[in-house]
Amino acid sequence: MAHLKSQRDAYGEALLELAEKDERVLALSPDLASSTRIEKLASKLAEGRFFNLGVAEQNAVGIAAGLALEGFIPFLSSFAVFIPGRAFDQIRVSICQNKANVKLIGSHLGFSNAGDGASAQSIEDLALMRVLPEMVVLSPADASQTRSAVFAAADYQGPVYIRISRDKTAPVSQEENFVIGQAKVLHSGKKATLIATGPIISRLLDWTAELDIELINCSTIKPLDEKTIISSAKKTGRVITVEEHSIIGGLGSAVAEVLSTACPVLMKRFGIPDCFGESARGPEDLYQKYGLTKNNLKKEVRQFLKE
Amino acid sequence: MSNLPVPKLEEKAIRLRRQIIQMIHQAGSGHLGGSLSSLDILVALFFGGVIRYNCQDHNDPRRDRFILSNGHVCPAYYAVLAKCGLLDKKKLGSLRSLGSPLQGHPAKTFLPVLDSSSGSLGQGLSVAVGCALSAMIKGEHHNIYCLTSDGEHNEGSTWEAVLTASHHNLGNLINIIDRNGMQIGGETESVLALEPLAEKYKAFGWEVFIISGHDYSELLHALCQAKDSHRTPSVIIAQTILGRGVSFMENKKRFHSGVLSEEEYQQAMKELEEG
Repeated sequence: MAHLKSQRDAYGEALLELAEKDERVLALSPDLASSTRIEKLASKLAEGRFFNLGVAEQNAVGIAAGLALEGFIPFLSSFAVFIPGRAFDQIRVSICQNKANVKLIGSHLGFSNAGDGASAQSIEDLALMRVLPEMVVLSPADASQTRSAVFAAADYQGPVYIRISRDKTAPVSQEENFVIGQAKVLHSGKKATLIATGPIISRLLDWTAELDIELINCSTIKPLDEKTIISSAKKTGRVITVEEHSIIGGLGSAVAEVLSTACPVLMKRFGIPDCFGESARGPEDLYQKYGLTKNNLKKEVRQFLKE
Repeated sequence: MSNLPVPKLEEKAIRLRRQIIQMIHQAGSGHLGGSLSSLDILVALFFGGVIRYNCQDHNDPRRDRFILSNGHVCPAYYAVLAKCGLLDKKKLGSLRSLGSPLQGHPAKTFLPVLDSSSGSLGQGLSVAVGCALSAMIKGEHHNIYCLTSDGEHNEGSTWEAVLTASHHNLGNLINIIDRNGMQIGGETESVLALEPLAEKYKAFGWEVFIISGHDYSELLHALCQAKDSHRTPSVIIAQTILGRGVSFMENKKRFHSGVLSEEEYQQAMKELEEG
């Protein structure tokens, strides 16, 4: 059994390490420091490096923008339903229209907060962030890639959104460095190209190889690695996308936008259909209901290969 | 910055009012009412020796910051920036035209001399709080001035920022409210009552000054006192008149964003000449 680790734990550790090295890095949270695993920073860093800004996301985004305009690198983390969901216009104007060097972290992606139900389940955040000019959108596949994404975001000058999960998930990527804008072919294949993003990739690793499907970890949603996607689509002639996000506006849409003009091929998008989530005792129940389990995806993909 | 006596400030304001009306008339759209109600505040701030602004070196980190939160009154700010020499005066005529640095709402990517982009109400005070927090963390001694409208106090996010500023004892933050009592849909008190506004700010832990926003001695006095408040953020509620300076525009809702006919334009310019 592979070692499971949550992306939020990796985020908290990486941010602490980063903040210890770089004085410009600040940790901000609209009262979700513990849930986003940055509460340790409050005690380990000097005063003035960590701020709990209260349950006020719109204000928090404005403050982060102001701090960035003054030369800091603020990491503002919350649940993805609130950051970006609650503060879209502040992100649009105060961050993006200022090209402010703010890093936004949206945790508890998709169904990873199963219990609270629809209001807490973020299935729209990639769409919201992808449409904003100036915004870089990262969606790491596992804990280790989350760590490297945090360092890459800090090195990049400008607004970045990083989408992470609450749950402990299996390792996917062995990469040490996160190169923004670069998708990674995890294994090559000839029958089809499967492009996926986020921890759901861990459910696709073994059987796609068996079916001779090329598997791509697309951990930068914007700017999209068009070259890798087009060249794989040209080779296999068939593309599948998988994401724990609405079927509208996320990875599948981004890939379809590119391929529809550059290399139209048969395509199938898997994700959450155009509906809100609901409560469940665990995420697995929701993956089952929405067809995102390993077995169901495998079955559906096999079917698609016959079409 | 210059430190002009009151009569000189008043003279300057008349010339700037003419410029604002001309800019908006040429552009064919824009917000006259708020630009004219806020102008005396800006003139007092920038030419009355209040703001520490190094016009020769705008990148000087020790200079004060100015965030225009009610971005739609930017014609007044652009006219003031041009007077300061931070903007080419010849550009004023390009307001709202394609490719102009003078966007209809201030945009930092088009005009880097701005401290922040704005235009969507209720955001500037949060950005100003961020700047003030930064100065506090770094131990810097400059002040952050923010101009807000009364209308944008409808926005919940404004009050989130008000709450935060006193929580962090941001004595370096000065919010000036252009209290012209009018917003796009009518009188502020009939749309969504703000009064008692001073008491609200006091309850939120701010030091409050209520003055006439067209009286330079009152403006300068309040600005200087607010500057000396080191423990708590200050708010100056500047009571102003929408469309101030042109008789037929004063307190008329239509001139929140309405344009002038050619005849009205000529009359406005004539009034300001005589003034």
